[in-house]
Amino acid sequence: MIPELGYGAAIVALVLALWGAVTAALGARTGRPALLLSAQHAALAVFVLVTACFALLTYAFLTFDFSVRYVATNTNLGTPFYYRITGVWGALEGSIILWTWMLGLYTLIVILRHREGARELYPWVLTVMLGVLAFFLLVITVAAPPFARQAPVPADGRGLNPLLEDTGMITHPVALYLGFTGLTVPFAFAMAALITGRVGDAWITLTRRWTIIAWYFLSLGLLIGGWWSYHVLGWGGYWAWDPVENAAFMPWLTATAFLHSVMIQERRRMLKLWNISLVILTFSLTLFGTFLTRSGVIASVHAFTQGTIGAFFLSFLALVLLTALGLLAVRWDALHAQGELDSIVSRESAFLLNNVLFVAATFTVFFGTVFPLLSEAARGVKVSVGAPFFNQVNVPLFLALIFLMGVGPLIAWRRASFDNLRRNFLWPVLVGVAAAAFFFSLGVRSAIAVLVLALTVFVASTITVDFARASRARVRLGEPLLPAMGGLLRRHNRRYGGFGVHLGILIIAVGVTGSQAWSVQTETTLRRGEYAELAGYRVRFEDLTASEESNHFKVAGAFTVSNGRGLGVLRPAKKFYPQETSPIAYVDYRLGLREDIYLVLGDFARDGSQATVKFQVNRLVSWIWIGGLVLTAGAVLAILPEKKKAA
Amino acid sequence: MSRRAWRWLIPLSALPVLALLAYGFRVNPREIPSPLVGRPAPGFALTTFDGAPLTLEAQRGKVVVVNFWASWCYPACYEEAPVLERSWRAYRDRGVVVVGVDIQDKAEAAQKFIRDFALSFPNAPDPTGKVSVDFGTYGVPETFFIDRRGRIRAKHVGALTDEVLRTRVEPLLGEPAG
Repeated sequence: MIPELGYGAAIVALVLALWGAVTAALGARTGRPALLLSAQHAALAVFVLVTACFALLTYAFLTFDFSVRYVATNTNLGTPFYYRITGVWGALEGSIILWTWMLGLYTLIVILRHREGARELYPWVLTVMLGVLAFFLLVITVAAPPFARQAPVPADGRGLNPLLEDTGMITHPVALYLGFTGLTVPFAFAMAALITGRVGDAWITLTRRWTIIAWYFLSLGLLIGGWWSYHVLGWGGYWAWDPVENAAFMPWLTATAFLHSVMIQERRRMLKLWNISLVILTFSLTLFGTFLTRSGVIASVHAFTQGTIGAFFLSFLALVLLTALGLLAVRWDALHAQGELDSIVSRESAFLLNNVLFVAATFTVFFGTVFPLLSEAARGVKVSVGAPFFNQVNVPLFLALIFLMGVGPLIAWRRASFDNLRRNFLWPVLVGVAAAAFFFSLGVRSAIAVLVLALTVFVASTITVDFARASRARVRLGEPLLPAMGGLLRRHNRRYGGFGVHLGILIIAVGVTGSQAWSVQTETTLRRGEYAELAGYRVRFEDLTASEESNHFKVAGAFTVSNGRGLGVLRPAKKFYPQETSPIAYVDYRLGLREDIYLVLGDFARDGSQATVKFQVNRLVSWIWIGGLVLTAGAVLAILPEKKKAA
Repeated sequence: MSRRAWRWLIPLSALPVLALLAYGFRVNPREIPSPLVGRPAPGFALTTFDGAPLTLEAQRGKVVVVNFWASWCYPACYEEAPVLERSWRAYRDRGVVVVGVDIQDKAEAAQKFIRDFALSFPNAPDPTGKVSVDFGTYGVPETFFIDRRGRIRAKHVGALTDEVLRTRVEPLLGEPAG
């Protein structure tokens, strides 16, 4: 009965979403408020119904309703309570429900915030949002129905993919999906602008904050994904240029480009066509990402879920791209910019270059991701490009972007004078060069590492110079120092929030560079009581214990770690799940600011007399997560409502 | 072409990308070729759930379909179980043997699976996992097609369909046993 209720709710929601999309469009054309009101009610009902679907599916998981195919595939009697809840979105069908629910939520917030303010754009925004919702509801009802029954009913379910039994699986998909679905909002506004022909700046101003919010969640999702990879997968890495990671990274790159290029349009009325294209591209890339993860077209370690729904997503992607780009062609004349670049040495050109680099990075990532398909189509051979390709192409691009991060915010608009350049950049450049020399003298020989560290110091100095100068100006007007700084942050929250995000990215860059350049590892087989040494640490194999857990069998080794003084015992393990042919590694680690000690258990003797252990000392990885916190602070500051400037 | 017509190239530019992605449906990235294809199948001696001995040796001269499955392998094994039973009934008089090897499973659950689908072909547990290791299985379900001379001729990953089974088995039936 419960599954049928859920299925029914999804069908009604689909009908209502279509109804709402049509009435909102009709309301826009006829100007009759009743139609628009009906669309709003439909949107509210859709949200309530999707919430009900979500609740019913969760109930089916909690009660082990194995007659539901999706439940039987993603849980079993041994699955702990907590993972029965996260299991709801552990695979395709349920994750689409979560996605749809968030989209419904965003639609409601759009209604609440914009129904008064943006009279011309708003009805079309609603149409697009409800149209996208209808697509996802179509997936739920037709392509991947989560409530489908199956006979005979198995005695026990298959169980969740063991890799997903991790706390990261509650936050990672939620953050990522909030990012993905949030990007629908700017897309809806861009489409509304194209449909109405009001391609001016109104839609940009209205969606700026939406874009930052979605962008932030996407960043958070990527970072948590990195953390999950680092502490679950057991290879000591946080990013592998896997197709699915790339799928989430590409819209992040284009959304970042968009966040920067909107400033040019706001200030100089330039880049209208470019901005709309970026938003269309970003939204299309979120669909492409879903297509990639769900269709099984490209093999990936993440492709837990695959189904026949690839064709659905591809058709929708085609519809979106062709409609949006077609509208772009129709509005071509109106989109032509009035402004012109006055000088190569100006803020406009720095931002433009920033955009070119971001889009170039997107393109290379896209190219590398679909390369197996390309090569198979062209030559009949399946060839993947690996991390080396992505690193070689992207590292120079990212270095250039970090450099621009220092230049862009301080250089003058239109045409930078020599005086402007000297005033803003003389000290930061000198400090940066000094930093390079300093790190070189410390024995840093990797060119990339020296460059990243020097650039980081350079950018941090530009931020310091800017902030110090602005604070000093306020102090001169008689304000005490601390209130002056606080007032600056509040009043120019967008600017300083942006700086905060930049600092976060810099810290992440240092973490990435450090872990790539200086991490060390070894792998040895130890008899009981023997020890291995690496980078001043000593790891001693104590013993091996086995235990029966609720849904798996676990063999854990105990290793005492010391560096002169005792640092405690680490217990890396192997978990044997009945439904998996190979055991799952359970990593144990000790995090530190300078370095992490990271142990992975390999083969072992059954009697516990010896064990193989992979012993890594990973440098500066913690700074990636710290950078994420700084980035969060910056993003929150930037999202805060802008305070009216005092006259 | 006039300047205004050029702009229609923008939407058209999406078409090659979409075509490439559509092409992706035709290929299966998961198909892992088995190095054992063309080689003699590794022999095995198991005991079926009914207690009867089951060896590959005894099937020499017949076409053997070795299917690796498990009761927890849901839904693929559940989808292909009726296919296997149907094919076994259709082909048994023509010299085809279907053999089920149940791996990493609990005996009760496996026996319930066999009862639920009324499987009548021989099914045996692989308690030590030796058979699945010898055959180099990656997961379940996987199915190996062995010709009359005892050589592995094909491997299928994922749920079987009637179509796949027929196209694999028919040509092997036409070959001589010598």
